[in-house]
Amino acid sequence: MSTEAIHDDHHDHKPSGIGRWLFSTNHKDIGTMYLIFALVMLFLGGASAMMLRAELWEPGLQIVDPDTYNNLLTNHALIMVFGAVMPAAAGMANWMLPMMIGAPDMALPRLNNLSFWLLPFAALMLILSFVVPHFGGGVPINTGWTLYPPLSLQAGIGMDFGIFTLHILGISSIMASINIVTTIVNMRAPGMTWFKLPLFAWAWLLTGLLLIMIMPVLAGGVTMLLFDRHFGTSFFDAAGGGDPVLFQHLFWFFGHPEVYVLLLPSIGILGMVVPTFSRKPLFAYKPLVYSMFFLTALGMVVWAHHQYTVGMSKEVTTYFMIGTILISIPVGYMLFSFIFTMWRGSMTFETPMLFAVAIVLMFSFAGVTGIMLAVVPADLQYHDTYFVVAHFHYALIPGALFGIYAGVFYWLPKWTGHMYDERLGKIFFWWTTIAFNLTFFVQHFVGLAGMPRRISDYSPVFTDFNQISSIGAFAFGASHFLFVWIIIKAVRGGKRAGDKPWDGAQVGNAGLEWALPSPPPFHSFTTPPVVK
Amino acid sequence: MTSTTEGYFIPEPSRWPIIAAMTVFTMLVGTVLWMNHLGAGPWIMLAGVLMLAYLFKGWFGDVIKENLSGSYNGRVDRSFRQGMFWFITSEVFFFITFFGCFYYLRNITLPYLGGEGHLANSHLLWENFTYTWPPLQLPDATNYTQAKEAMEPGGIPLWNTIILLSSGGTLTWAHWGLKKENNRQLVLGLIMTVALGLTFFCLQAYEYGHAYAEMDLTLNSGIYGSTFYMLTGFHGFHVTVGSIMLIVILGRALKHHFSAHNHFAFEAVAWYWHFVDVVWIALYIFVYWL
Amino acid sequence: MSKRSLGGLAAAAMVVLSGRVLAAWEHNLPEPVSPATKEIFNLHMLTATIALVIMVIVTAIIVYALWKFRKSKGYEADQNFHKGWFGTWAWVLVPVVVLGIDMSVAGKASKVFDLVEDTSTPDMTLKVIGSQWKWTYEYMDEGIRLVSSLNRDRKTNDPLYLHDVDNPVVLPVNTRIRLLHTATDVLHAWWVPALAYKKDAIPGYINETWTIIEKEGTYRGQCAEICGGGHAFMPIVIKAVSKQKYAAWVKEKKLAAAAALAEASSGKVWTRDELFSKGEAIYKANCVACHQANGQGVPNVFPALAGSKVATGDIKVHLDTVIHGRPGTPMAAWGGQLNDLDIASVVTYERNAWGNDTGDAVQPGDVKAAR
Ligand code: HEA
Ligand code: HEA
Ligand code: HEC
Ligand code: CUA
Ligand SMILES: [Cu+2]
Repeated sequence: MSTEAIHDDHHDHKPSGIGRWLFSTNHKDIGTMYLIFALVMLFLGGASAMMLRAELWEPGLQIVDPDTYNNLLTNHALIMVFGAVMPAAAGMANWMLPMMIGAPDMALPRLNNLSFWLLPFAALMLILSFVVPHFGGGVPINTGWTLYPPLSLQAGIGMDFGIFTLHILGISSIMASINIVTTIVNMRAPGMTWFKLPLFAWAWLLTGLLLIMIMPVLAGGVTMLLFDRHFGTSFFDAAGGGDPVLFQHLFWFFGHPEVYVLLLPSIGILGMVVPTFSRKPLFAYKPLVYSMFFLTALGMVVWAHHQYTVGMSKEVTTYFMIGTILISIPVGYMLFSFIFTMWRGSMTFETPMLFAVAIVLMFSFAGVTGIMLAVVPADLQYHDTYFVVAHFHYALIPGALFGIYAGVFYWLPKWTGHMYDERLGKIFFWWTTIAFNLTFFVQHFVGLAGMPRRISDYSPVFTDFNQISSIGAFAFGASHFLFVWIIIKAVRGGKRAGDKPWDGAQVGNAGLEWALPSPPPFHSFTTPPVVK
Repeated sequence: MTSTTEGYFIPEPSRWPIIAAMTVFTMLVGTVLWMNHLGAGPWIMLAGVLMLAYLFKGWFGDVIKENLSGSYNGRVDRSFRQGMFWFITSEVFFFITFFGCFYYLRNITLPYLGGEGHLANSHLLWENFTYTWPPLQLPDATNYTQAKEAMEPGGIPLWNTIILLSSGGTLTWAHWGLKKENNRQLVLGLIMTVALGLTFFCLQAYEYGHAYAEMDLTLNSGIYGSTFYMLTGFHGFHVTVGSIMLIVILGRALKHHFSAHNHFAFEAVAWYWHFVDVVWIALYIFVYWL
Repeated sequence: MSKRSLGGLAAAAMVVLSGRVLAAWEHNLPEPVSPATKEIFNLHMLTATIALVIMVIVTAIIVYALWKFRKSKGYEADQNFHKGWFGTWAWVLVPVVVLGIDMSVAGKASKVFDLVEDTSTPDMTLKVIGSQWKWTYEYMDEGIRLVSSLNRDRKTNDPLYLHDVDNPVVLPVNTRIRLLHTATDVLHAWWVPALAYKKDAIPGYINETWTIIEKEGTYRGQCAEICGGGHAFMPIVIKAVSKQKYAAWVKEKKLAAAAALAEASSGKVWTRDELFSKGEAIYKANCVACHQANGQGVPNVFPALAGSKVATGDIKVHLDTVIHGRPGTPMAAWGGQLNDLDIASVVTYERNAWGNDTGDAVQPGDVKAAR
């Protein structure tokens, strides 16, 4: 039996019961599952971060032993990156893309559900990797998320679970990306030409392409790790003619583009939020799209800036340095476009806009410290210190997580049909922003003063900064209970949101989502709308 | 952009995706246990493989049924094609990874160990090692077995090149038959292609056996063995998958499932097979020849 | 309005706080004492300043915009802003300005990099070998070898906790020192910020850096690449002394080494107590990091030696484990690092300590035979 979307079936026949979720082929339901999964993972990854910060409260080992610390660190990073941020962004893509471009659903709905359902199993696998070593499975994954050999060759069974976790995540991401790219290319409504596409769709198109290109590289790299561990190969062992640094190249060939995978969806969300609340079209939409292409291309060829200390030749290192520094051009251009969109606008500051403004500011800060890191000789000092930790949390939290928050507040009325509590939203904004800066600002200094990253215990000269950081982290963690409460409140009720809850929502290249009711019908556009 | 009012096929809720996720999970957990010599491993792996068979039969069965009932219109077909295109793109990057590793180890870092290039100092640690390709001598063979000889480009690999190239030809010939609605030519072409694919597979298996038994070229013979089996093995895996897909297509061709205008499945498999072909040529040049 | 003043208040508080805090606490790279680290320090200050200036400008523009272009102030959006001359040309202007800054940073950086990478004409060579979890130093020209690991006697409230070692490296000032970096097991990175930038220590490969220490003194650093459970416990201490003092130190070390060698190969039969006390020292320096002082190891990670089958069973297996290690685990092959007497004594120690009362006394000759 099949549902031909061509009939305008007004009364949505939603499948009922648990099967609606387990067997779903509906982009909104799958999007919802993605978002809930991401929220759960955010708490899990956050809880590991809280453990790290608690252990770092003062010198000495109080809570966990060093290997468990390192295992928590690895899990924190993997869960946040692959469990929280990417699924949240994918959830938004699922929810919004078909509505934005005027499609009935994603291009390949069953594949879509598979991409999602792989994730909980990947999470289960990661949990196994954490738990099993405690029952006699040898050293846990104590390498950090970069899994560098030879350390990762020493670890026990946990590492094998970890490697397969990444395989499952890789399959999931590749399939989700194939689906998203195909949807954007093939499912646009008549008249939704390339340069009418909302920025969020562009951002996800490039994110998807990036993922299709980089996930296989990570999968290949960890597969080689697996063979070195169990089948006698010598890819990463000099005695057999291999090289541990090879793995680093593979990891970062994936890893650097990956940070733009985390960033780009948020840039897309900013491209929707900023014009809305400035009540004026996006400044320089076309060059912005081109600069995203430029970023994607450049982002693929600068990976070795994470490896300045491994001993590459001067020419190669200089190439990577210049390439990396040049990234300030497209990213700077994007941020300035957002600033110029605000310029001479008519701004109001609802929660999404507050986040947007904060992102532009704080992510710029991450960017300029990124440029400091890109400068080779200086990075020989910064590398593997808390200066780097500070840089990337400024990049990841404003650049990815806050972007997602902005998106959640921006689209929550559309998803639920209710306005969220604006007052609580603003409290949440100020609380997180202040706590976040308290946590990570001081880490720049403790890093410069000589504190390496990935240590479970440190010298008392670093205590004061670490305590500030931990206080900030606990406050930051606690703010998320408010976040969940705001969402629950909006789901359960509240002021009704109209089809177009934001009065600036239709300026410029806004998507077609505002043409649908809030909440939208089960199948988004049963008859393709025509865009003039 | 496409024509305006076509609808789009949205499948009913389906249990296959979640079963697929469970299958992957089961197989991988089994593999981990097996690799760590825990008894239950192989049985769990076996369970995973059975689930996989059930899954493929069920999922593809649904797809075929939908296709035959005419649910798929042009736009759905385009989605499938584009999906397959991006999938192959990701496969390309898989192979780029492995070729990249091969290049890096062979031309950049192995020379370091032998005292050439930027990190030539490393030679201090391996004073008896000289760099050659293929590296039959290893920096330190304590944990490895050194290969006795290198693979030659003549003989089996050359035959395999010819076989795989002609299989590309027979597949194209089958496609022509399909376009002419000549089912006999289609079936015949497919049978030849499958036969050539299986021959390739057998020759490759024979070659591996030879390498293990007589040349001491194994996974354990240092970087030469590692890269050799990584590239040929991953390619061989693709040949295997491709052959299975070809056999499925052959079965469907025998049931007259394809028409001149509606044969996405055939084309997807053909793209895949040609891709595997092209990879082999690169492999032959870099691994066996140069 | 209230929100804005709240933000302003928070910002002001932070500036004040950080000003006070920064004056009191170590918050920047340490004072550099070698040519390369000096140049790097200046480069760091330059890029940090540029970063700060960019942030000030960006913040100023945003704050002005937020203040000026608000709906609550009745500001009407200028719908044609992006169509004016600025809208037309911004895509050239912004990138050109950014490119200009980029290129001047890159230019300055590559000059510094030339200096950093110039490893020519060293006066002496020090090979630095990282292992889990200690540093071994080989003075290549003098034939001296030094093992340096964490000083475990410091308490957590001691400022030198985790920043002190049992055997500091002694180096002469005003000497061009070539540093060769490698490792025996996993990646490590030798980092003493005041006088040497980082390069990774990669097993099987050798990386090279250099330094000229321009000031006498004690310099501290630590391992900067994650290397397992003891990563936080791998400090580095360098004593930079005058050339004369250094020469004297070298002489003394050589004499001591010669004496130790003579002792080890003297063919003397050692008593169990002699071996036991020597062995205790060697165990402390080499083995405690994993097997712990009480011989209990770390559950699931490092086996306990107290009561272990190996340490109470066949001596041959015990010797074999220590000499050849266990490939694929962190247990290293100690045969290359310790001499016959050392191994004999550490094995004797292990067989008699923590209730392993085997009563064995392993002689250097046994070790030689087992190699
Ligand atoms: C969302 C994630 C994200 C983003 C977007 C970025 C963006 C950038 N990152 Fe970052 N980075 C990480 C996440 C991210 N990074 C992570 C996770 C790590 C550590 C991984 C690990 O080791 O575990 C890391 C580490 C890292 C390193 C390695 C440090 C080390 O280990 O030694 C370097 C070095 O070059 C670097 C550089 C950069 C640069 C140049 C950018 C650029 O894209 C920034 C460009 C932006 C701007 C420059 C600001 C806006 C521009 C202007 C306002 C115009 C004017 C500016 C100038 C003229 C300078 N990053
Ligand atoms: C998107 C990615 C992402 C995100 C969002 C975060 C979020 C946070 N990260 Fe993390 N982090 C990474 C990615 C990320 N991180 C990566 C890639 C690394 C490098 C790993 C490596 O070296 O291999 C890293 C490493 C890292 C370190 C370095 C540890 C070390 O090197 O030894 C630290 C230390 O402070 C840290 C802290 C935090 C904190 C406090 C948060 C906070 O934002 C978390 C906020 C908390 C929540 C969202 C949870 C919600 C609330 C609860 C669970 C309730 C509990 C509440 C209380 C106890 C009050 N992270
Ligand atoms: C970097 C960590 C590390 C250091 C340092 C280390 N060991 Fe070990 N050792 C191990 C590990 C891990 C094992 C277990 C190996 C295995 O799983 O087979 C081990 C096993 C052993 C065993 C066998 C125990 C048994 O019951 O199987 C002996 C004996 C031993 N070590 C002695 C020593 C001595 C002597 C030293 C110092 C000279 C030393 N070790 C230093 C990690 C270390
Ligand atoms: Cu050695 Cu970290
Ligand atoms: Cu990067």
